[in-house]
Amino acid sequence: MEDVFVVEGVKKSYGDSTVVDGVGFRIRKGEIYGLLGPNGAGKTTTISIVMGILQADSGKVEISGMPHGPREMRTKALLGFVPQQNALYEDLTARENLRFFARLYGLSGSVARERIEEVLTAVGLADRADDLVSSYSGGMARRTAIAAGLLNRPQGLVLDEPTAGVDPQSRNAILEHVRALADSGVAVLYSTHYMEEAERICDRVGILDDGRIRAEGTRRELVDTLGERDRVVLELDGAAADAARALEELPGVHTAVATENGVELDCDRGAELAPRIVRALADRGLELRSLTIHEPDLEAVFLHITGKALRG
Amino acid sequence: MFGIIATIAAKDLRRRLKDGSLLLFGLALPVGLALLFSSLLGDGAQDGRDIRYLVVDSDGGELAAVFVDEVLAPLDEDGVITLGEESDADAARAAVDEREYDAAFVVPEGFTAAVMAGEDASIGVVGSADAAVQVQIAREIAESFATEADAARAAVASALDAGAAATPEELSERVQDAPVPVALAEVPTETWRQLDTATYHAAGMAYFFLFFVVMSSVTALLDERKGGTLARYLAAPVRRSSLLAGRALSATVVGVASLLVLALISSLVLGAQWGPLPGVLALTLSGVLAAVGITSAVAAFSTSSEQAGNRISVLAFGLGLLGGGLFPVAQLGAFSAVSLVTPHHWFLTGLAELSGGSGGAVPTSVLVLTGMAVAAGALAFSRAGRMLTP
Ligand SMILES: Nc1ncnc2c1ncn2[C@@H]1O[C@H](COP(=O)(O)OP(=O)(O)OP(=O)(O)O)[C@@H](O)[C@H]1O
Ligand SMILES: [Mg+2]
Repeated sequence: MEDVFVVEGVKKSYGDSTVVDGVGFRIRKGEIYGLLGPNGAGKTTTISIVMGILQADSGKVEISGMPHGPREMRTKALLGFVPQQNALYEDLTARENLRFFARLYGLSGSVARERIEEVLTAVGLADRADDLVSSYSGGMARRTAIAAGLLNRPQGLVLDEPTAGVDPQSRNAILEHVRALADSGVAVLYSTHYMEEAERICDRVGILDDGRIRAEGTRRELVDTLGERDRVVLELDGAAADAARALEELPGVHTAVATENGVELDCDRGAELAPRIVRALADRGLELRSLTIHEPDLEAVFLHITGKALRG
Repeated sequence: MFGIIATIAAKDLRRRLKDGSLLLFGLALPVGLALLFSSLLGDGAQDGRDIRYLVVDSDGGELAAVFVDEVLAPLDEDGVITLGEESDADAARAAVDEREYDAAFVVPEGFTAAVMAGEDASIGVVGSADAAVQVQIAREIAESFATEADAARAAVASALDAGAAATPEELSERVQDAPVPVALAEVPTETWRQLDTATYHAAGMAYFFLFFVVMSSVTALLDERKGGTLARYLAAPVRRSSLLAGRALSATVVGVASLLVLALISSLVLGAQWGPLPGVLALTLSGVLAAVGITSAVAAFSTSSEQAGNRISVLAFGLGLLGGGLFPVAQLGAFSAVSLVTPHHWFLTGLAELSGGSGGAVPTSVLVLTGMAVAAGALAFSRAGRMLTP
């Protein structure tokens, strides 16, 4: 019974659009599973189903071997949740928020008090706990939200983009904290659209796009599927779309995607290709400002699999 | 289960107490406006039960005696009015000016004779400017008596087939024997509902603002959805029904507290008479449940708390205008039938009956209000699935 999360063939549609289309994964005790996908990929919807907030149209979710869904109180009690929005009462203090959320998990009196102290200390907020949440910085509010997800000492912790809109220092603290939780045996489902985060703390990553998990594995496994491929990032002065179209014609280039300020290429052996890229652009009178060759990473995997830049 | 409902309600209350709206809508505005209205429309501090009339019989005839003994005296005996007699019209006017009485009936010299002759005859009413409603009632009583007397005369006359041949004795017998005219019989009890201006305005304001008091507790669910805290509830091992019940409970507690506090304050400050406590409690609870049900139904069909708030405000004004929360619609005649669809009407009617001492109508009001609460609540509940989707 190592698997805390077992998710199989989960689907969810709104009208004609299928938002989650047969998603499945397993997460073991002590493992961090990253759900990596761009905006609108279906991360939050998947997570809502995993949390029992939304009813899936089909598929199943098990938590620690027990069937799970919106009406399953037993399994809900085993999960901790850090929603994408902080979801705190701004007009209450952190401690008042936590006291209320603790009650939702059946914790009251001295047990609740100890638990609240424990999570506040864990996220480093003990000394500001009696201030109104509305007076908090983004990072502090986020840490309070995380504290709320830990009140019931969950077997499975689900975090939906926990570092979005957070300063770098808080972000580091959060990542380290999540890692430490996993090391203590918690199974973690972690959604993000930051490739660096997924690379840094996730043991395994599922690449989610258009409601489907397109590839899954450890970082190593995913990168190895690319073979000798590289990701080349070009910065241009405008005309990114033209450039992308032109560069896709070059032999050795698999995909070329226009981004905000340039083009990203998924290609074989970037170093050999670089001079030809420069010439092709010059031929069309396009100004190249910089060219970077990236060793294969998750972003390259993402580009290769979906034909999209992760932050397009 | 109940623990969770109470926890949710307690958290809501804590938040409501922190924001100022509760104090504004639940206390400051209704008390302030009730004070203002009562002072504009009548002596609010005066005991509303006590309608004090004076009668001056300058006629001394048969019909004047009938008016005093058969019409006014029974009202006095029933405790509906306090009746005094005075021999001189000027003295009566002075007593009214001194505010010892609200109004004086002056049966003029030759009243009986004039009626007998089929001439225009009327009973004069001298009223105090401070007691507009009481004076209005006095006029109604005087007028309907004169009308009745004239009708009786005509009937007697035609029966005798001889015009003016009837004697005053025959006529007064006729007036006495005539079935008590409906209009006359109903004037006191019907208008009784508007007698006590202090209570009327205090209760009307309180119930009008009740909708604004419960509004933010009810629409908070939409804010929870927007702010994401709804997702936390749904993720927690808590039944969805507790969430709705907790919210309804906090709205009800806030509403009941605000009405009771207003009842207390208006009794102390304005001399309002809300009537016996058990009746007031039953009426308050059912009245609040109706308001919670109606506001919940509106919220359930809205997409944001702002939208719900706007709709509820418009509805609260509409119902308040129609239902008599803001001014006495009963005076609008046929139009007043519309007020039957408003909880305001039933709340005020129930209170009026209560303070009038005839408890019979209170259960009806309580039943109607509870019915409204159940119907509106069911409508709101039918949308629970949508409300509880993040
Ligand atoms: N209630 C809904 N009704 C209709 N469409 C919805 C609903 N909820 C989500 N969607 C759609 O489903 C898709 C996936 O949404 P979801 O919030 O799961 O994405 P996400 O990966 O979490 O994105 P983000 O990174 O922006 O949070 C989006 O296209 C969104 O518009
Ligand atoms: Mg999301």
